[in-house]
Amino acid sequence: MNELLLMKSELAVTAVIFILLFIKISDTTSNETVLKIVNALLVLNVAAGFCCMDVTGELFSGMFKTNALIAFEKNMLNIGTLLISLLSYEWLRNHRHLPEFFVLMLSSLLGMFFMISSGNFLIFYLGLELSTIPVAALCNFDMEKRQSSEAAMKMIMSSAFSSGILLFGISMMYGTTGTISFAELPMLLTGSPLQIFSFILLFTGFAFKLSVVPFHLWTADVYEGSPIAVTSFLSVISKGSIVFIFLTTLYKAFAPMGEVWYNLIFLLSVATMIVGNLFALRQQNMKRFLAFSSIAQVGFILIGISGGGQNGISSSVYFMLVYIFSNLGAFGAVQLISSFSGKETIDSYKGLYQTNPLLSWVLTISLFSLAGIPPTAGFFGKFFLLASGAEKGNYILITIAALNMIVSLYYYLRVVRAIFMEKNEQPIAAIEGSMYEKAGLLICVIGIIAVGLYSHFYEYIYSLSIF
Amino acid sequence: MNLSLLIIIPLAAAIAVLLSRNGQQVKWISFLASLAQLGLSLFLLSAFMSERANGNVSQMLFEQRYSWFAPLNIEYYIGVDGISISMILLTAFVVLAGVLMSWNVEKMTKEFYFLLLLLSLGAYGFFISLDLFTLFFFLEIAVIPKYLLIGIWGSGNKEYSANKLALMLMGGSALVLVGIFAIYFMSGIHSFDMVKLSQVHIAIEVQKIFFPMLFVGFGVFTAIFPFHTWVPDGHSSAPTAGSMFLAGISMKLGGYGCLRVATYLMPEAAKEYAPIIIILASIAILYGAFATMMQKDLKYINAYSSVSHCGFVLLGIGMLTKTSIEGAVMQMVSHGLMTALFFAVIGMIYERTHTRKVEELGGLLKIMPFVCTVLFIVGLCSLGLPGFSGFVAEMTVFMGSWQNPEMFYRVATIAACMSIVVTAVYILRAVGKTAMGPITNEHFLHLKDAAWNERLAAIVLVLGIVAIGIAPFWLSDLIAPGAELIMSKIPTVIIN
Repeated sequence: MNELLLMKSELAVTAVIFILLFIKISDTTSNETVLKIVNALLVLNVAAGFCCMDVTGELFSGMFKTNALIAFEKNMLNIGTLLISLLSYEWLRNHRHLPEFFVLMLSSLLGMFFMISSGNFLIFYLGLELSTIPVAALCNFDMEKRQSSEAAMKMIMSSAFSSGILLFGISMMYGTTGTISFAELPMLLTGSPLQIFSFILLFTGFAFKLSVVPFHLWTADVYEGSPIAVTSFLSVISKGSIVFIFLTTLYKAFAPMGEVWYNLIFLLSVATMIVGNLFALRQQNMKRFLAFSSIAQVGFILIGISGGGQNGISSSVYFMLVYIFSNLGAFGAVQLISSFSGKETIDSYKGLYQTNPLLSWVLTISLFSLAGIPPTAGFFGKFFLLASGAEKGNYILITIAALNMIVSLYYYLRVVRAIFMEKNEQPIAAIEGSMYEKAGLLICVIGIIAVGLYSHFYEYIYSLSIF
Repeated sequence: MNLSLLIIIPLAAAIAVLLSRNGQQVKWISFLASLAQLGLSLFLLSAFMSERANGNVSQMLFEQRYSWFAPLNIEYYIGVDGISISMILLTAFVVLAGVLMSWNVEKMTKEFYFLLLLLSLGAYGFFISLDLFTLFFFLEIAVIPKYLLIGIWGSGNKEYSANKLALMLMGGSALVLVGIFAIYFMSGIHSFDMVKLSQVHIAIEVQKIFFPMLFVGFGVFTAIFPFHTWVPDGHSSAPTAGSMFLAGISMKLGGYGCLRVATYLMPEAAKEYAPIIIILASIAILYGAFATMMQKDLKYINAYSSVSHCGFVLLGIGMLTKTSIEGAVMQMVSHGLMTALFFAVIGMIYERTHTRKVEELGGLLKIMPFVCTVLFIVGLCSLGLPGFSGFVAEMTVFMGSWQNPEMFYRVATIAACMSIVVTAVYILRAVGKTAMGPITNEHFLHLKDAAWNERLAAIVLVLGIVAIGIAPFWLSDLIAPGAELIMSKIPTVIIN
């Protein structure tokens, strides 16, 4: 019984997938009903995640492990998935292949759960593949759009390529140390050149998935082409899960190589922040804009990771929590506008405040949170990331990051300016979202305000952040 | 006395404003809240003075301390000394006047007052914070409302000005952020508590790197040369209350930060860099004064003269004598009141004549006696006429500066003194042209004098100016212990 409890999140998600398959087979129910059932199931799934959270243990001789932190991370991903489902209501309502959408998305989620629970490279790799392949299919879900197929193609190519590199790294690591277990690896690492080389390959694989510069080129096209629901899944849920497993591998498996990865992360985070910010400056399409801004955010997360120790884990995990609410809030607003008016450019947002004041505030608060303006949670998230990075005494990195925050503020303010200040002859008409979308946006806004100001969230994550 | 009330009242008012039904309610809620804040600040002043009179000599009074983010030792830690109380009083006066001056805002009234209240919340929070994290938190809270106030309700090239202001101020706060981290980690005690931090010694090498960052970071807020360029654009594009808040409160955040955080926590570096600060301040004073001579727009005149006047604040801090620091704080209070009043008057004139160009104005004294009388008062205060606060503050800064016996300091003091002549020229020219002489436009003849809300706003600020001008002792007694404390940490000069 206890062993089943260890895998409760995975089992819950699997159960939901099976129910959805049955719904698909019966194929008589309307989309509205299916969405009702799915959202109810996802709420149950989130609730199930929160019971018996502090179960700790291993399964399959250490291949699968869980503890309170991992359970918390899974809950975060669950909440994010629920929010995406709520926020995409309008788009999903008219989609022909509704159950498949959720089957694919939840399969990917299941893969992520296995990945962040993994105790060795084998199950890590299986989980990773399970999490990426369904997403490639999801990218193609705007079936009548050519861009969407293009995005799916680019996604599958780049993820296959990065998985290949990752696998190459793993196999060489196995060749030099004779183990693929995270627990045994640190004792066998000698820092020989071949090991460093294979570590760099592994790191590159991660960098691809996280869209760290210079491995970010697929991101913008994929994000722009995919349906917004998938884009938000990719940029929030998928990225979050990679950050979590990245923390585990770096802090645990590759702890003896701290010097090597510290320098790598230092260089890459500087490059990622600068390139992501500079590219975001010129974007017109909101999806592309959020894509590049999310690249820049990854640069900040890397600073938190570079800190190491308890602060490194807690600040990165906390930032992901903040990021889920802020980014999904922004994507949710963009999604709502796009599905009602078909408009996605910043110029078409001019004068939005005149017609949609509440939606404008939601988008603005989310963008301020992404920019790190108090009193939103983004401010606290960025502050803790930088605090974690500053602990190493690398003030050049911190200064660069602080200056990058100004650049990012500039482009977030561009959107705010369009919404509040600029005039438009034909602003987007008033949008009346459904109950689901309103609930989703409300949760995001509450999350953005509460997670920051109410310090217990951070303190709780900090107390969990021990390996 | 519960200091948190200073934050709770604006917060509650801001929420009430959001929930209120119409513009009338919004205005009255804001007015009552700012009136309550003023009452509370005056009560705070009397409570503080009676505590001190009773012999309570602890550094900070009315302290409150709650753990906020325990893993990083972040606390919600507030308390006041004389310097913060004088800044709180300034804020309360300016906020009340600003709220009164915006009585005619018709466009998005609710949002306008919400942002004003949020801005005042940031300022109050900043002045009472004793924890660097809380201080930084409130500092940043005060930036974005300004951006929206200028961008939405402003005039002229408002989007550009709003962007410039937000980015430059955020740049300043980014430097402050790095400095705060350095203090936190390098002090060795992993704490943001300023009182505790002031008792440990931060290594001189660390101070030398991070003092300039903190000082320039805060300096951007108070228009340190060459980062003053947001001031003219921001002030001239902002709506009346926006300009009043910007010049009256927001620029003082920087001066207070330079003093309380940079100089107080890194005294050795302050000594080390004093000549550079003095040079920059003198440039700002003279450059600001000469640039004002060339301006034709009343708002630009006041904005550039603000650069010049805020230079005195930095000069006072840079001179590092007890009197000069006292003078710097007095100048912050005096300039805040004076410049807010100046912008209020300009707003009154502009609202009626629809022009701010000095050459298009003339003879207004005959039509609007009240407005023009206030204009004279504020002009004379600005050029430092005895009896008004400007004279007291600038005189104290000069006195303090002259106490430095070295040639360099003396030359800088003399140079700064010369700006007074320039100030007299531009103020007398602008005020004289606007108020006196023939009426330039017959359309002006039908204009009305100030309304009740404008009169009340002007009277509130004039009272402040005159109270300091006639009886400066209460203010200097209030500030002196704080200034002395900061000075006690500065290493003494070796004269050879």
